[in-house]
Amino acid sequence: MNWEVIFHAGLATGTVLLFAAIGEIFAERSGILNLGVEGMMLLGAMAGFSMSLSSGNVWLGLGAAILAGGILSMAHGLVTIHLQADQVVSGLSLTFLGTGLALVLGEGLTGQTAAQMTLFDIPVLSQIPFIGPAAFERHSILVYIGYLLAPAAAYYIVKTRPGMHLRAVGEKPAAADTVGINVYAQRYFYVFVGGCLAGLAGATISLSVSPGWYSVQTTSGQGWIAVGLVIFAQWNPIRAAVGAYLFGALRRLILDLQGPALILGMTNPLYVNSNFSFFLQMTPYLLTILALVIGSRQAMKKRLGAPAALGVPYIRGERGA
Amino acid sequence: MAFKLQVEKRSADPPRWLPAATSIGAVVIAFIISGIILTIIGGDPIRVFSFFYEAAFGSWAALSDTLVKATPLILVGLACTVAFRMKLWNIGAEGQFYIGAFFASLVVLLPIVPAGSSRWVTIGTMIVFGMIGGALWGFIPGFLKARYRVNEIITTLMLNYIAILWNNYWIFSKWSDAGFQMTPVFDKAAWLPRLADYAREFAFFSGMTLHFGFVIALIVTVIVWWILSRSKWGFEIKLIGDNPEAARYSGINIARNIVLVMMFSGALAGLAGMSEITGVVHRLQERISPGYGFTGIIIAWLAKLNPFAVVLVSILFGGLIVAGREIQPSGLAQLIQGIILFMVISSEFLLRYRVSFFGRNEAETPATPSTPEAETA
Repeated sequence: MNWEVIFHAGLATGTVLLFAAIGEIFAERSGILNLGVEGMMLLGAMAGFSMSLSSGNVWLGLGAAILAGGILSMAHGLVTIHLQADQVVSGLSLTFLGTGLALVLGEGLTGQTAAQMTLFDIPVLSQIPFIGPAAFERHSILVYIGYLLAPAAAYYIVKTRPGMHLRAVGEKPAAADTVGINVYAQRYFYVFVGGCLAGLAGATISLSVSPGWYSVQTTSGQGWIAVGLVIFAQWNPIRAAVGAYLFGALRRLILDLQGPALILGMTNPLYVNSNFSFFLQMTPYLLTILALVIGSRQAMKKRLGAPAALGVPYIRGERGA
Repeated sequence: MAFKLQVEKRSADPPRWLPAATSIGAVVIAFIISGIILTIIGGDPIRVFSFFYEAAFGSWAALSDTLVKATPLILVGLACTVAFRMKLWNIGAEGQFYIGAFFASLVVLLPIVPAGSSRWVTIGTMIVFGMIGGALWGFIPGFLKARYRVNEIITTLMLNYIAILWNNYWIFSKWSDAGFQMTPVFDKAAWLPRLADYAREFAFFSGMTLHFGFVIALIVTVIVWWILSRSKWGFEIKLIGDNPEAARYSGINIARNIVLVMMFSGALAGLAGMSEITGVVHRLQERISPGYGFTGIIIAWLAKLNPFAVVLVSILFGGLIVAGREIQPSGLAQLIQGIILFMVISSEFLLRYRVSFFGRNEAETPATPSTPEAETA
């Protein structure tokens, strides 16, 4: 086991969760809970792979994925913002819809190989010992974008004027409305942003991290982990990034633990009985639950919490909105 | 009268026939949209849908297959109904189904009842164990929510993955039948009776796979209906779901009910798992559920959380699954399910708002109509 390799892979796979989680943070900060991340990711992964396959251009693939995720998210937007449907059920149906669409449209894509993102080094930074080879060597542009996205999102939400509007809409939509912010337009916009980022997260898998189309196995629940991560991160992009990279590293660690016959001088039980790897595969899901418990306890103690209007449809002129 | 779309909030409850009408309308529209998508990707919707109908309801044997698929769907649909009544989002019926199947298998594989026990002792014990397994799997998210306010949507979902991996461990290792990823076939005493078993007396039944689990599902439906609409507990569940503040002030213990309802919901899903392995596959194996737990969510919602409607909707969806197995592309059934659910939740807008296409007389419209942008509705 080589820690450098694990961190390197962790940053690459963590980028998937990072995009999806930050997208969801934007949507939830505006007051719309979108549980359709898994479906949007799967559709994005399929669209990106399919487009890259037919055009031979990864950039077109990325564009298709972003657009696919964004368009699908608008179904959720319309149903929850204008039709005021329950956001939980709508999000779930978005996952069904996205998964079904991806499976139907992705028929026959399995086993094909498409153009992938190229990997490159960042000059100078890659010379830093340990960090350089792990973080700035042989990564796709998506990983480097990911490094910038988390602080940029945090700055945008907390410091900029549009970010303040976003928070106002998610915390007190009626107050935001009185000062002339268009609550509906804001919510549509951020649901769309969330969808685009989820689509991008999907394409990050199918065009870079584990290239190809493996039907539902392509995402294997990472969209749900991203939703969990948002709660753990308490709607803070920086915390979400840390969590995403840790989960990414964990996925790699699970793979690496199955290889060697000896670990720290002891016999590796996984080497002797490969069936124990089923328990190892449970760890990301178990850790998500654990992260949620920790996040929820902290939130209870510090009286932090979700955006006040999360999950509540805004109806102009109605009391309590 | 000019053509004018007008939307206004209903001041009274919608007419009694409206919820059922919107559900049916939603399903019809969903099929139309699916047909359009099919046409776009180069299929022939009329042929596909007539094939769907033939494969699902075209003959007695097909109907029997459909009811076999409807059996677990009824039970998971009820599981979701119970939880959703309290606005408790149990998305983990899939995992509870698997753990229910696992616990039921324990009865035969450990074994808990001695080999050679009568059929009803074995089956009875398996029912109890299946329900205990599911309840246990429901207890975890229920407890975490009641104690630490952990979001149950995510925990139940994560537990789905864990449950499937847990089952895989046992069928790949300890219980593997000659290296295959399944346990040995259960003793006949652990098989639910099927119609085909009586083919000697009634030749009509030959080849029909419908099993006793369907009867169990119907009995459970009546019990769940009674609990939800006739018992004090059912009233508490509904009150917590509709108005948690009022429930708290009237002295209802919400935390306790979260745990209990989650366990009850899990027990029903676990029973579905038990019924599936004793009625259909007769062993524990991989992929005993093609996503029943998730379909149960759609069913509960489409049935408007009404236990009897759950049975009807489950039969429709059972047909969809039976036909969907034989049709390409394979995601089609799932896509149609997704569209149906979307149409259903969109149609609920009509229950809360009155939409008229021709503007009504000025005198009839209230002085301050609370209209969201009408043109988009």
